[in-house]
Amino acid sequence: MSENFNLEIISPEQTIIKTEARQVTIPSFEGLMGILKDHISLVTFLRPGFVETQTDKGSDKFFVEDGIVEFNNNYLLILSSSAVNVKNLSKNQIDKMIHDSTETLSKKDIKDKEKYILSYKLDTLKEIKQ
Amino acid sequence: MPSLDDLKKRIKSVKSTQKITKAMKMVAAAKLKKAQESAERGRPYSEKMQNIILNLTKSVSDAENAPKLLIGTGKEKTYLCIVMTADRGLCGGFNSNICKLAKNYFKDILSQGKELKIITVGSKGLDQLKREYGKFVVEKISFKDRKKITFKEAEEVGKLILKLFEKEEFDKCVLFFNNFKNVITQIPQAQQIIPVEKKENEKIDEEKSYEFEPEEDEILEDLLPKNISTQVFKAFLENAASEQGSRMTAMDNATRNAGDLVDKLTINYNRSRQASITKELIEIISGAESL
Repeated sequence: MSENFNLEIISPEQTIIKTEARQVTIPSFEGLMGILKDHISLVTFLRPGFVETQTDKGSDKFFVEDGIVEFNNNYLLILSSSAVNVKNLSKNQIDKMIHDSTETLSKKDIKDKEKYILSYKLDTLKEIKQ
Repeated sequence: MPSLDDLKKRIKSVKSTQKITKAMKMVAAAKLKKAQESAERGRPYSEKMQNIILNLTKSVSDAENAPKLLIGTGKEKTYLCIVMTADRGLCGGFNSNICKLAKNYFKDILSQGKELKIITVGSKGLDQLKREYGKFVVEKISFKDRKKITFKEAEEVGKLILKLFEKEEFDKCVLFFNNFKNVITQIPQAQQIIPVEKKENEKIDEEKSYEFEPEEDEILEDLLPKNISTQVFKAFLENAASEQGSRMTAMDNATRNAGDLVDKLTINYNRSRQASITKELIEIISGAESL
């Protein structure tokens, strides 16, 4: 029996990836979550971070800002308005996002939840930059 | 009977119109391909989002305290109608089909004594609605100056809707747009987005019990606003594809029509030229005979 399950990452504009994966790590709202075959049915949110996929052909890394994850019947669906393969991110884009997030973070009337999300975003972006 | 000169001028003008419509048809065809692709690529996202929400809805245990976006405000007094049309004309029945559907709906609502609020997206819809329903229009949005409609624009509209909802300005929200079926067929559609429409006859999977993290309510509270933007975005994409498809067919018809007209006018022109030649000949001959 293969240890793979179906994975689909979809953004509003297009289907980004549709493949079979062995393991997927998602940055869920309450912590990193590794998903293997026969995981229990699940619905959860994403915070900014990396979706890491491991397939038979190798591994991939996607940067997401937000999203919803549904796992059901060995089918993992990730809906994200902002999923990008890390390889396709240019340095300029990253710098701009870092700049924007830092600016919003420095505002005073920011809510705790937003602060939490933004700080994750910043950390993730800095990680890509290295 | 128009003179030869008049006919010549008319033929020329029809021909130049034909050139324009032909060019517009080509442009629309090129744009259509792109728009159609993005509409088709965008469909899975909105469909799956809707699915997740439907699944979640089933598992909400405490129906009384469910988010208002899901179950509605409990009243059905004020309707907010979002009429989405194009910013340009010359695309056949595209804009008027949406407006016709919307107007019928408005009539229905008003006859039931309910309140009506309209948001128009795209300038053509506003032009058609403002005479009759101008006083109901609360907001007009136009993305005429944007080159490409992305998710950001849809989010803008979505946020506006949510803002109005929070202020309890309306109880029910309906979206009007053209659904792109194929190049020749576009179906004007009314889709209710607030509260979420429940499909009764759908088979319910009792087996599906999900693990939620965080709790269902929290997920729903975050998901529902996003769903609004997603549905608006879907409407945008469908509309864009429909607009180009509709324009292409309209311009194709116009080009063919102009061709027919040119043929008819040319025959007319030739006939009247021949008539005048014959007339002159008769005059000369009868003049010569009388000598």
